[in-house]
Amino acid sequence: MLAEKTIIELEAIVGPNNVATDKAARICYSYDATQQSFLPEVVVHPGSTEEISRIIKLANRERIPVFPRGAGSGFTGGSLPTLGGIVLCTERLDRILEIDEENLVATVEPGVVTEQFQKEVEKRGLFYPPDPASLKFSTLGGNVAECAGGPRCVKYGVTKDFIIGLEVVTPTGDIITTGGPTMKGVVGYDLTKLLCGSEGTLGIITRIVIKLLPLPEAKQTMLVLFNSIDGAAQAVSAIIRGKIIPTTLEFMDGRTIDCVRQATNLKVPAEARAVLIIEVDGDRDFLDKQVARIAEIIKPLGVVETRIATTNEESEALWQIRRSVSASLRKVNPDKFNEDICVPRSKVPEMIRRVDVIAEKYAIPIVNFGHAGDGNIHVNIMIDKKVPGQLEKAEKAIEEVFKGALELGGTMSGEHGVGIAKAAYIPLEITPLAAEYMKTIKRALDPNNILNPGKIFLDEDNSAARGEQRAAGKPSI
Amino acid sequence: MAKLKNLEDYREEIEQCVKCGACRAHCPVFGADRREGRVARGKVALAHSVMTGEIGLEDKVLEDMSQCLLCGSCCAQCPNKVPTEEIVAAARRRIAEEKGLSTFGKGVAAVLGRPKLMNLLAKSGGMLSSLLFNKLPENSGLRLRFPVPYLEQDRTLPPITAKPFRERVPEIILGDPQQPTVLFFTGCGINYMYPEVGEAFLKALKFLGVTVIIPKDQACCGLPAVSAGAAKTVEKLAEQNLEAFSRHPVDYIVTACASCNAGLGKVYAEMGEEFGELSAKTMDVFVFLARHGLPEKLATLPKAATRIKVTYHDPCHLRTQGITKEPRQILRALPQVDYVEMPEAGTCCGLGGTYSVYHYATSKKIGAKKAANIATSGAELVATDCPGCIMQLQDSINHANGSQRSIHILELLDEALSALE
Repeated sequence: MLAEKTIIELEAIVGPNNVATDKAARICYSYDATQQSFLPEVVVHPGSTEEISRIIKLANRERIPVFPRGAGSGFTGGSLPTLGGIVLCTERLDRILEIDEENLVATVEPGVVTEQFQKEVEKRGLFYPPDPASLKFSTLGGNVAECAGGPRCVKYGVTKDFIIGLEVVTPTGDIITTGGPTMKGVVGYDLTKLLCGSEGTLGIITRIVIKLLPLPEAKQTMLVLFNSIDGAAQAVSAIIRGKIIPTTLEFMDGRTIDCVRQATNLKVPAEARAVLIIEVDGDRDFLDKQVARIAEIIKPLGVVETRIATTNEESEALWQIRRSVSASLRKVNPDKFNEDICVPRSKVPEMIRRVDVIAEKYAIPIVNFGHAGDGNIHVNIMIDKKVPGQLEKAEKAIEEVFKGALELGGTMSGEHGVGIAKAAYIPLEITPLAAEYMKTIKRALDPNNILNPGKIFLDEDNSAARGEQRAAGKPSI
Repeated sequence: MAKLKNLEDYREEIEQCVKCGACRAHCPVFGADRREGRVARGKVALAHSVMTGEIGLEDKVLEDMSQCLLCGSCCAQCPNKVPTEEIVAAARRRIAEEKGLSTFGKGVAAVLGRPKLMNLLAKSGGMLSSLLFNKLPENSGLRLRFPVPYLEQDRTLPPITAKPFRERVPEIILGDPQQPTVLFFTGCGINYMYPEVGEAFLKALKFLGVTVIIPKDQACCGLPAVSAGAAKTVEKLAEQNLEAFSRHPVDYIVTACASCNAGLGKVYAEMGEEFGELSAKTMDVFVFLARHGLPEKLATLPKAATRIKVTYHDPCHLRTQGITKEPRQILRALPQVDYVEMPEAGTCCGLGGTYSVYHYATSKKIGAKKAANIATSGAELVATDCPGCIMQLQDSINHANGSQRSIHILELLDEALSALE
């Protein structure tokens, strides 16, 4: 446990109500959506950048690891306190500081919930497109740290494409700013981009400057049923090749349809083995034309049925089908490994075929759905951990899925990040030289390896870095 | 024997929580106080740790378990439908069992009818006069809701009626033999605080020619005791009601209180097979009226020249059972009503059984959001279907210096039907 004196110092920095060492609080901040769990030694809720800076300086002096945390909804363990230490919650920093309608730029604190921010800017006719599935509860700070994506990223890009400036507490406790509210800026290294997706290893984000767009006037949603997954996958390539970038281009494979059909009373003809949900947005007059053009392009590819939503309610009903996927998967098997590989868009059909081969080889169900439009496929390996041998099979299948994606010029993760879940697979994707380049940056900025140690890269020499090996955080659940 | 489930009986449901965090977007308590122990995900993790013995029933665990409205908002939005409200209620029972009721909430012990504390109540006066408070039977849920010595002075409460509703009306009111027979389960709120809602209920059912039985010996549904973790009290009340009801062959057991509806229809259903028929027959008054042709009859009435703007608040105990259309359908059909929907009509008002007594500050924060939404709607009246909500809504409006009134839909229906006479 941390020394009494350290706790008192922490209390002096953030106030006693914002420091918790009781078991209940430590359990409550021990997990994230990976379902892994490590007990922190203390949970701290700072209320300002200065407080965070002081905490980090204290942590450096005492060599205590610090694990920054937003909503704790990540899928790869980015916020897990794997070595005990301090969980540092940024949720109290939850103000939208400015929405500048003249320059279409907003400044926010990291604890603002993504959807709340979107609602605020939309009231003013503005638009922040990144829409991770967790947007109702995940924080913008977490979104930036993980570089979150979402369905709309096909057309608009991911979180980092909208972040133009940051205020950051460095791993040694200094406060710096990067970028700023201008649309251009090339002075010095682009630290903003480096920090986006750095998973809390290079700094704690305390302020975010966000570029906004005008809110599109209207949108139109269509749901297309195909008689084969290949047809749907080819349709994705065909639409992109046809020089149309829809707002979203989501797909579900046959097994996903079966799951949804069981879980809801969705009426889908039996011959439908794949679904695309396509949404376009922009000026109202332009949308009908685009929908018609898409329908024409995909027609020869085995379309069973096309449903076009004409009202908001109908559009919502189509999206509800997509949203019910995740939960309905549990009908297949209780445990799921949700990987989010990304391949060049033209390779989506080939990747789906490869995943099918892997599923057959290991005789475990793999359900595919996701953001086909940007080649980001959610590969869900469904097993029952209680059945002996299934976990090992799943691990082998995951590695083959990663290798398959890499062979096609893809990546292991489009939007979930590495954290601890994918750290072991890093050498598959990143060459030793490139990895060393990255680790050199980390070592230079965080000489005591204080900030989120052991994330992204497995820590080969963690103990030496802090002088003394801490009692490792114990898996709690 | 009526028997509520143990925490261990929820093991499977607890293990269904995948810690995704979706509940964070919907929990009213978490909205007011953003700490993980306040939200379903944290409570389920704690319940799991209590179950496995990783953590004992420490003060902080009791505190977190007490910080739940049992409103079910989380479960409704949970991808795996983890019933956190049931898990928390089971955890509270476990706490009460191991530590005694008094440790969970000091006030709860105060109202279990212990002579010494009863004297204290009698002396304390306060918002509810001791004389009138004495009229509440010892097993009434209102005693759990209003443990007098612990009530804040700035709370608006309705007066306790001098003559309870069930003492004012005959036990059987005969109607048209062609029409169904219903048992009116009044609940404590209507019986002791809002007898006029009971009168309105009778008028509406008489309008349809329905025979109504109001058993004098019906007891509290037990829901406030569920909230307090008082398992024995809940089980005893359930058995008492089962016995009282068994003497009356009826087609439906109708409630005009969302909490009573959930108590009889949902909580009892899980307490033993013998409650199957009782629970199956339980029906909310507006579902009953909608199914028996009232909206059609109201539709034939001419609309009033000047109408009053009314909005609707969904009581949690109806919303979580999927009853949201019928109350609105009746409201819209009323000739004197101009119906408007308020933002976030389905969010909890913040009363939460015994919650608001022990966490009045948080409860007020949650209520303030509700009051703001009522104001945004532009309505003069906020109508609902639960005496508890009516009370909390009025209190919240008063704290916000609003001019709106909270009211039971039945009172508006009463007004419309009176105009016909």
